[in-house]
Amino acid sequence: MISKFVYVTYIRTTAEKLWDALTQPEFTRQYWAETWQDCDWTPGASWKLMIPDGRVGDSGKVLEIDRPRRLVLHWHNQFVPEMKAEGPTRLTYELEQNGDEVKLTVIHESEVADSRTIDAVSNGWPGLLASVKSLLETGRPLDSTTRWPEGH
Amino acid sequence: MDLDAAFRALADSSRRALLDRLHEQNGQTLAQLCEGLDITRQAVTKHLVILEQANLVVVQWQGREKLHYLNPVPIHEIAERWIRKYERGRLRALADLKKRLEGDDDD
Repeated sequence: MISKFVYVTYIRTTAEKLWDALTQPEFTRQYWAETWQDCDWTPGASWKLMIPDGRVGDSGKVLEIDRPRRLVLHWHNQFVPEMKAEGPTRLTYELEQNGDEVKLTVIHESEVADSRTIDAVSNGWPGLLASVKSLLETGRPLDSTTRWPEGH
Repeated sequence: MDLDAAFRALADSSRRALLDRLHEQNGQTLAQLCEGLDITRQAVTKHLVILEQANLVVVQWQGREKLHYLNPVPIHEIAERWIRKYERGRLRALADLKKRLEGDDDD
């Protein structure tokens, strides 16, 4: 893999709750810019990240799934032409329960050197991770990630 | 994970320089990170341990290579908690004013 980042955060919750927060529409709509994921969460299932106006933001499939420990997706941007042209990237979530905390590792990688997609998502993930942490620990997401950005 | 460790880790220019190097090129080995630095390999190792404990650097093994990745999540939490809260908009206006008054309006 040529373009890759690894982000880690610790969240006071259970792995099951965090898993649902990462995958279920009623949670993602609150902290992930009003988006939701269309997927039946089985191995090989098709996966889509839906933008609130009805467009498909990203699409792909489930490569590995082991609830609530590990989820690997093909992630292919659909709404920015240069990113779409790069082809699919690979997203891995690892959840590790340690006492009353879950260590969440997010790895996003691409075979493309200096991938625009990886650059774009690497800017987005820190805010989303801080926001899902806030949602699970305090019941409120961060204001900065609750709305889909206008004009995008 | 509390932010004290992140603040302590950030309060050192060598450690901040290491974070900048990972920002330029993510996923480096210890040897790569030592290149061109005028501190010893042992000192770099110590700094990396502190950065790892503060969750600012994450280590991943690739075969036999130990690669270091920048983890900006705690920095984002600091920004949310300690910058946004104190009215970033007004601070930006003040910074702009200062720039204009000091005649540095190139950007």
